[in-house]
This record gives sequence, structure tokens and C-alpha cells, in this order.
Amino acid sequence: MMDDSAHSPHPSDETVRLDFTLNGEPRTIEVAPNAVLLDVLREQLGLGGTKKGCDHGQCGACTVHVDGQAMNSCLRLAVMCEGQQVTTVEGLARDGELHPVQQNFLECDAYQCGYCTPGQMMSATALLADERIGTDDASVKEAMSGNICRCGAYKNIVEAIQKSRAQLGHDAARKEGAA
Amino acid sequence: MRTFAYSRADSVDHAAHRTMPDAAFVAGGTTLLDLIKLDVLKPENVVDINALPLKRVERLDDGRLRIGALVTNTDLAHHPEVKSHYPVLSEALLAGASTQLRNMATTAGNVMQRTRCPYYRDPAARCNRREPGSGCDAMDGINRMHAVLGGSDACIAVHPSDMCVGIAAIGATLTLQGPDGEREVDFADFHRLPGDTPHIEHDLANGELITAITLDAPLENARSHYLKLRDRASYEFALASCAAQVVLDGDTIREARLALGGVATKPWRCSDAEAALVGQSADKASFERAADIALKDAQAREHNGYKIPLARQAIVRALRNAARGETPASETQESQA
Repeated sequence: MMDDSAHSPHPSDETVRLDFTLNGEPRTIEVAPNAVLLDVLREQLGLGGTKKGCDHGQCGACTVHVDGQAMNSCLRLAVMCEGQQVTTVEGLARDGELHPVQQNFLECDAYQCGYCTPGQMMSATALLADERIGTDDASVKEAMSGNICRCGAYKNIVEAIQKSRAQLGHDAARKEGAA
Repeated sequence: MRTFAYSRADSVDHAAHRTMPDAAFVAGGTTLLDLIKLDVLKPENVVDINALPLKRVERLDDGRLRIGALVTNTDLAHHPEVKSHYPVLSEALLAGASTQLRNMATTAGNVMQRTRCPYYRDPAARCNRREPGSGCDAMDGINRMHAVLGGSDACIAVHPSDMCVGIAAIGATLTLQGPDGEREVDFADFHRLPGDTPHIEHDLANGELITAITLDAPLENARSHYLKLRDRASYEFALASCAAQVVLDGDTIREARLALGGVATKPWRCSDAEAALVGQSADKASFERAADIALKDAQAREHNGYKIPLARQAIVRALRNAARGETPASETQESQA
């Protein structure tokens, strides 16, 4: 949707209208031109699951999905999400049931303090859905290297991801069988 | 974070004709927002170019590959044309940054990324690149990560890109759109050496936009390898990296392409070393001679002397792996290391 912003800049002290989809729900909000997606999620929309760690794209705590791709929400202007689908950790569970990745992080003890966990799970769910990323442990570790865990729960994080892969594969096969 | 005015460009012409003071284009945002937060970059106007139709990858009739400025690093690394005809570029892209950053970062944005020199990134430090004439705290500071090739008395900051090293070894042309129309620039000439003017980093004029990067036609029957050496196994900048392509006739090298990363102030093509390889047999002695030629002008400061033997080994091993046409398992780990 190209409004007049295409031709006259929004001054820094005026807000910009943003139409996007957040966790499956269409949303229209007004944001400052310099508002970063991470801060809008946490401060303006009250979704505190997405965490601020380094605020410079180095730790991965702020990872969300934008149109299904894992991205650092700390390095993205909210206005850049016009027309896009944004999913946060709050959008992973369905109908009150945890996503298999969430359930397996719990069961595999894939965290200690938990601060990096939402970002870890957003990267994990994205990589499991991405056919371009290999399925072996080495590929998982490489794909997850943008998420730092200071507690050092890496081993259990890989285990939780691989356990989820097995279950998600099973679910997909079951769905195919039913259809 | 400081404030700025924001607009969305709806056409390349519109973006290029916009003449605003202190304007910056934003694509992936991974460099721009990082550096605005640090108060290193201070644009008054940010122009969002993400709606522009610059996301195509197409093979041209002459065999070259035209890559739209906004193709993401992830999509480019996995593109079938790149994987089959330019594997060295795919390897270089996947050796860079993290999954999240590659999903955001664009091809032209990667070309435009700024140095990771900690003194450049710290407004309290002296830096000729950030603030012309202020001096350089890296010269006698912690310069373990700094350049041994292409530096000057004013600046020894490393160009941080992996992708650009792959492109340097392939050869490419940049298409730029500006207020006065379109022009093309050889990729090798786009990034400037720091010299006395390290703040002038590239050949882009005010208001100009990179719209495409066109790779030279693939070298026929080339074998290639991208070797990256770094402090940890993933998600770290190179201490030394090497993109190598060789065309063999039996055991004799017919053609070679060589570029270095992590050790130079711009993506570093080693033309003299390439010439010295042609006609030689593909063995360790030839590779070592080429490496010595590539590094003959290398100059170290207090903490970065180790980069000269490290780069030498990177060249020898990248050439050896390329010539073998295989990546031994042990080298795979190291190349991710």
C-alpha cells in the first residue's frame, strides 16, 4: 500500500501508519519513523516475549519471523514491516497447546535462565520449516549460531530441535494420510 | 536512537532523483540501524527501498548473471544458478554472519556494509573514516583484527564482507542509477583504498543507488573453494579468508582467480598471483609462490602480524582444495571455522 509517504517524507516527529499481520491478526498502528520493531512489540504492543539482549544483531534474543523468515527485530524498523506477516513467540502456541518446539524445550531442559529461549525457539521453528537447511546436528548448529545462550544450554537445544523434527515429520505424514 | 524522517521509494527513478540532504537508503537495515544506534551514521532522512522491483536473479544471453540489489544473502546463496555456476559465492555467503542476518541483508547492502573496526564504531575514539582528520586510534591501539594489505597512514580498517571476496574472485559489474541516469562500474574499482581520504569508501555519488550486480560469465570447468579462518566456528568475521578458482588442464593451471578477505581494506583481488599461477603445475610449490606474491606488500602493526602467515596458509589451502575439486572433511570444519 503506497500512500503519500512515497512522495513526501514523514517528518521525524510525526507517526507513520503501519498495516501488518501480527501473530495471524491484521493490525493497524501508528509508529514513529525511527521505532524499531523490537521496541514496538515490547513497549507499544505489550508483547514482552521477544527479548532485548545486545540490541545490535549479535545475540539473537530478539528473533521473530517476518514472512516466515527468522530475523533480528532489533535491526528492523517497524515501518519496514508494511504488509508483512510478523510472528513472535506468543504466536507459536495454537489453541492453548504448545508448539512441539516449545514442548521439547521444556522436556529437554533446553534453557537455564530462559532469557534467550524465545529467540532460540523462533530460530528453531524457522529452520525446521526451511528445506534449504540440512537436517544433521552440524547443520542445525550452524543455522542456530546467531542465537547466543550465556548459560550454555546448546547441547539440549540441539536435542530439543531434533526431537521436534521427528515429531513434526510424523505430524506431517499423519496429515497427508488423513487427506 | 536518534530521529529521522522516513519515506518509501516507489520507483528506482524516484529513489535516485530524490535529492535530500543527509539521506540514507535502507534495504535490510542490518548495517544502517546498527550504526545509527551507535551514533556513527546520522542520516536526517531514511529512504526505504524495499518496495522496488530489484529482487530478480536472471541469466543474461552472454552468460553473465544479473542479481537484483535487493536479493537477500540467503536467497542468493541458495539460488540454483549460484549453487551450480558460482559455488564459491554460495560458500562465501553462507560463511558470513548468522541465519537471521543473511535473511535480512541484501546483495547491494552487503557491498555497502561498513568496517567492523571498533574505533570506527566508537564515537569517543579518533577515526579518520568516521571523522576526517581526527586521527586513527587503531594504529597504535588494539589492531589484532586490522588490515595488512591496502592500508594507509590514515586507516587500516578491514572490509568485513565474505560475499564481496567471492564476487572479487568471480569478477562483476555494478549498475548504479543516479539523478543523471544509469552507469556501470567495475566491481574491482567500486571500493576505494583509504589513502588520505578513508571517509570516501566507494564510488557511489550522492543520490546514486546500486540497482544490480552482474557477475562475469562463469569460468568454464573451474573448480573453486572459499576458505574462511576465524576465532570461532561460526558467526564470526574472518581473520583471513580466500576465494580461489582454478581451471586445470591435467596437472597444469590454465586459469586462476584469487581474492582475499579479513586482511585488506577492500575486497582484495590478487591479480599478480593469478598471473604467476598460469602455466604452472598445480602443486604446493606453485601455490606457495603465488601466496608470497599476493602478500609481498603486506605490512603489519603491533598485533596483526600473525595475519600474514595466516593469509599465506589460507591461499595455499584454498588453492589446493580448489585444485582437488573436493573439500576434505577436515577442511569443511576449518572452512566453517
